[in-house]
Amino acid sequence: MKIAVASGKGGTGKTTVSSSLVSVWESPVIALDLDVEEPNLHLFLNPEFTDKRMANMEIPKIDDALCSKCGQCGELCQFKAISLMGEVLMTFPEMCHGCGGCIAICPEGALTKDFRELGEITWGKNGKNEFLMGRLRVGEAMSPPLMRAVKEKLGEMLDASSTDVIPKDVIIDAPPGVSCPAINAVMDSDLIILVTEPTPFGFYDMKLAHEAFLPMGKPMGVVINRAGLGNSEVYDYCNEVKLEIFAEIPYDRKIAEAYANGDVISESSDEMKQIFISLADKVKEKAGSNASQGGAA
Amino acid sequence: MNEILIISGKGGTGKTSLTAAFAHLAKNHVICDLDVDAPDMHLILKPENTKSVEFISGHEAVINPDKCEACGKCLEMCQYGAVNENDDIFSINPLKCEGCKVCVEFCPVDAIDFPDRKCGHWYSSDTRFGPMIHAQLFPGEENSGLLVSLLRKKAKELAGEKGLDLILSDGTPGIGCPVIASLSGVTLAVIVTEPTPSGRHDMERVAELCGHFNIPAGIIINKYDLNEKEAAAIEAYSRKKGFTLFGNLPHDPVITRAMINAQAITEYEDNDFAKQLTGIWEQIIRTVKPVK
Amino acid sequence: MDKIAVTCEEPSLDSQVDPRFGRAAGFIVVNPESMEFEYIDNGSSQVMAQGAGIQAAENIANSGAKILLTGYVGPKAFQGLEAAGIKIGQNLDSMTVRQAIEKFKAGDVDFATASNKKGHWK
Repeated sequence: MKIAVASGKGGTGKTTVSSSLVSVWESPVIALDLDVEEPNLHLFLNPEFTDKRMANMEIPKIDDALCSKCGQCGELCQFKAISLMGEVLMTFPEMCHGCGGCIAICPEGALTKDFRELGEITWGKNGKNEFLMGRLRVGEAMSPPLMRAVKEKLGEMLDASSTDVIPKDVIIDAPPGVSCPAINAVMDSDLIILVTEPTPFGFYDMKLAHEAFLPMGKPMGVVINRAGLGNSEVYDYCNEVKLEIFAEIPYDRKIAEAYANGDVISESSDEMKQIFISLADKVKEKAGSNASQGGAA
Repeated sequence: MNEILIISGKGGTGKTSLTAAFAHLAKNHVICDLDVDAPDMHLILKPENTKSVEFISGHEAVINPDKCEACGKCLEMCQYGAVNENDDIFSINPLKCEGCKVCVEFCPVDAIDFPDRKCGHWYSSDTRFGPMIHAQLFPGEENSGLLVSLLRKKAKELAGEKGLDLILSDGTPGIGCPVIASLSGVTLAVIVTEPTPSGRHDMERVAELCGHFNIPAGIIINKYDLNEKEAAAIEAYSRKKGFTLFGNLPHDPVITRAMINAQAITEYEDNDFAKQLTGIWEQIIRTVKPVK
Repeated sequence: MDKIAVTCEEPSLDSQVDPRFGRAAGFIVVNPESMEFEYIDNGSSQVMAQGAGIQAAENIANSGAKILLTGYVGPKAFQGLEAAGIKIGQNLDSMTVRQAIEKFKAGDVDFATASNKKGHWK
């Protein structure tokens, strides 16, 4: 099964929950950081990286000798990544979304495939678990294609482990927010955990995320971080829309300090460990009814 | 026109709470919430007299089932996995469609329409701290880069109309397209970070981005006392990179209490946090050259 | 003499030069001898999700102008204009289109060799 840990806004404790969940998960799990703009899960889990590869996107390359300057490629391109400037055809690789339309439409076969580097995919071991992350190149604007490349690698890892009898579970640290990358990250999961805090900002953003993810029809539940800090809005909302609160992590300066220290919170005390073990049980119970064996890919 | 952008890399560092306080302290300014994915500043600023405009960006593909002959060409050509097929019924998943037009172009029976994509709304409002430009995207909408540019343009126009000389913006987290769109050409970027592994890591990525675009940047370490060793490492990093250190702020639940009261921390009852923050703002505003 | 394109806010020689290139309201393409001009609306570039500057550069290239007078040109548009053989005079905002052309005719416009937009702090 695949569990996505998401949040309407950053800084609510999403990585705290993902890392702790990985830590208490009984069977081997793949910890997947899909927050490619700001990947942080590795800072807490400290995996041993074994390999990496670049993620590339296909972009067009012009053969001037074949180009007849018909301009059809530039007319089709919605992103202005290829353009006929007077008599000169030129590409703007950073603008390209890799749709392949220009290459397909060129009547002269003057466009071929070239590549732009999107970022890096890194993986490795983390005790009994495996670890996988993507990291967007600084200055690169498009995370969804990198996320697709990371998911491809995840597919390979899951295939490789399918020789084992038990299919591996995946815990996904998703990007915050409800924009395209966030939706992309939770889209293929069997269950979504929304991490929030009981403050006006936390509540407002959690509500946006809940409404955004609802049409996907996946089981969802809430983890309230820094419980006791704010007001009751989050609780009232969950009650009203029948959104289950899977766990509450109390507000405690010690937890904030442990996090600041790079600790996995579930390993900081027995009390915390218990909170996450019961969260893991709850998640398995809720996702289990929805996830078919291996059918989650 | 001066433009100060408050940015953080990582979410949850207190960026919006601090920006709201700066919005309270600043004079002659337009407030601009560029954090379009999670716009929270309005929860404190309570905008009124809001003018709302639909925001359209790009197009999206829509298969007309009456014309579709189920040849599968679109499915074969789409690079984004946006075409679904179910018993010869083809449809486009709007969450995956990037609006590239390839399926529209290559459909042999012209069965795919390409309407404008409605992505959300942007607003021009009044607040007790001054005029404000803000927005809300529909869930799952991408490309807030264009929206960010649009909001900055509207903020500039509004400042021009009202004779104001400062734009104070709450930036968006991350380092992708919207962040690049919010950074380019600003007078000063103020990076709000926290002394946590993620905070430092993300701060360094944003700082790198500022360097990449030649933007002068300064740093505020919020909750510095959570890990003074990490805070010292951030200070050392900023000194090495030549960023201004605007100051350190303690971890203090008073900021949450002010938020629950829908107040900027500087409006909330007399407190030390607000005093320190006021000092930081005075330092920031001195860094920015006065407009002629 | 080569035709000159100037970014403008309104379709008139007395319009202010629009400091933006990619998202300019429009262009005035002038014959500098007769001062006859045509107006090209740039609305199509303004609403583009991305690549407004590139689209605007295409529009200028198609207009037949060989010289562009404007405020700021971004790096990609600059590259495009250069490829199309168009000379670029920048930093000509805060004046009218007519004044910018007079300035050019008097030989007071330096042609840029690089974009002035990156790192430009307004």
